[in-house]
Amino acid sequence: MQTLTQRLANPTRFMELSARILPWIAAAAAVVIAYGLYLGFTAPPDSLQGETARIMYIHVPSAWLSMSVYALVAVSSFGLLVFRHPLADVSAKAAVPLGAAFTFLALVTGSLWGRPTWGTYWVWDARLTSVLILFFLYLGLMALRSSIEDESLAAKLTAILALVGIVMLPIIKFSVEFGNTLHQPASVIRAGGPTIDNALLVPLLVMAIGFTLMFVAMHLKAMRNEILRRRVKSLQLAEVARAQSTQLAAAE
Amino acid sequence: MSAFLALLKRDLLLSVRQGGALGTALGFYMLVVTLLPLGLGADLNLLSRIAPGVLWIALLLAALLSLGRVFSSDYEDGTLDVLATGSLPMELVVTAKALAHWLSTGIPLALMAPVLGLLLNLDIGAYPLLVATMLAGTPAVSFIGAVGAALTLRAYRGGLLIALLVLPLYVPTLVFGMAAINGLLGASGSGSAFLILTALSLASIVLCPLAAAAALRVQMQ
Repeated sequence: MQTLTQRLANPTRFMELSARILPWIAAAAAVVIAYGLYLGFTAPPDSLQGETARIMYIHVPSAWLSMSVYALVAVSSFGLLVFRHPLADVSAKAAVPLGAAFTFLALVTGSLWGRPTWGTYWVWDARLTSVLILFFLYLGLMALRSSIEDESLAAKLTAILALVGIVMLPIIKFSVEFGNTLHQPASVIRAGGPTIDNALLVPLLVMAIGFTLMFVAMHLKAMRNEILRRRVKSLQLAEVARAQSTQLAAAE
Repeated sequence: MSAFLALLKRDLLLSVRQGGALGTALGFYMLVVTLLPLGLGADLNLLSRIAPGVLWIALLLAALLSLGRVFSSDYEDGTLDVLATGSLPMELVVTAKALAHWLSTGIPLALMAPVLGLLLNLDIGAYPLLVATMLAGTPAVSFIGAVGAALTLRAYRGGLLIALLVLPLYVPTLVFGMAAINGLLGASGSGSAFLILTALSLASIVLCPLAAAAALRVQMQ
């Protein structure tokens, strides 16, 4: 009995399956995000922050994804280094720019939200700073990969860096727990249940599901592109090799 | 163990006799500390307040400058290949090299800090604390840096890349280094930040050689 990851190890099978489910996931993401935005705009304004709190429907899902995408990159890297799964590197490579984009979105929306509520675009508190460092980690992963020509070597080294960087995740998660910080502590996923009212929580969760679906769709698409790019590259290499051998045969 | 000590001794001897590395790092350290007051304005009160932070940041930059050499010259002349096939596990090779980097660069930079503290009008009573936190934190600087050096060994323009990879990982060391100085100097007088800083160093001594050795093995194949 093969597990799902084992069956998907064949890139051809992955391409078939992803081609079939990708349109559905993309459509579901669009529908759920549209519904979430509708709920977000019709939800009652926050009792303390009023209308500006609506930015959390973008900010919070982006922030969650910024960390969970890094976890996915780390798991994929582990899969590459330990199990040598053929799709692991494709998954890691496709996820890194997406994670960087969500981290950037979380930073920008947080900064825009901070201006009316805290009176400043940026403070050097633990949560903000650690998320900024996560963004730099994503950039470092991209820079390291692009600076090494040998693709399989670049994949392995990037995977090692991704696993080293995973120490940042608990630091970010718990940065609002220790020390005095301007950023509010966790209010949805916490022991003892959410502290946020249902009227605001439901749109937030819908948006979180929508953003996750959007990420899955984009990730699958990026993985498909990467597999196709690798196929084109190996076809080109085969072409060059054949041209050389016919040239050699003609010369003899 | 003797192979480990021999490698450590060799690297220390090389760093002394080859010259240049330590001089460059110390010179860079001095220059950064000289440039910052020129940029920030020479207000002595301001300088004495920010002196520990300035010294820590300059130390990180100076250490960063010397990290590229930890593996690259041995990689270029083939010594690293010999070490990889030798009896000493790659993890211990990395440990010896990072330890040599700490002994030959980290400790001199930390000991140099009080001299530069004079330039920044740092309170003389703070010198022992400053050096103590730097001695506690610089092992993390060397060992985390060794990971960056190993990852960028074959990278195109690795010298620039290593800064981007390593500086974010230095943030906890810097934060707790500063918290240790401020905690011990200030009225709060808590030594817990100092303990966390030491823990960071000890953890990186244990964990970083694993990552760096993995990175080296991938590239030696």
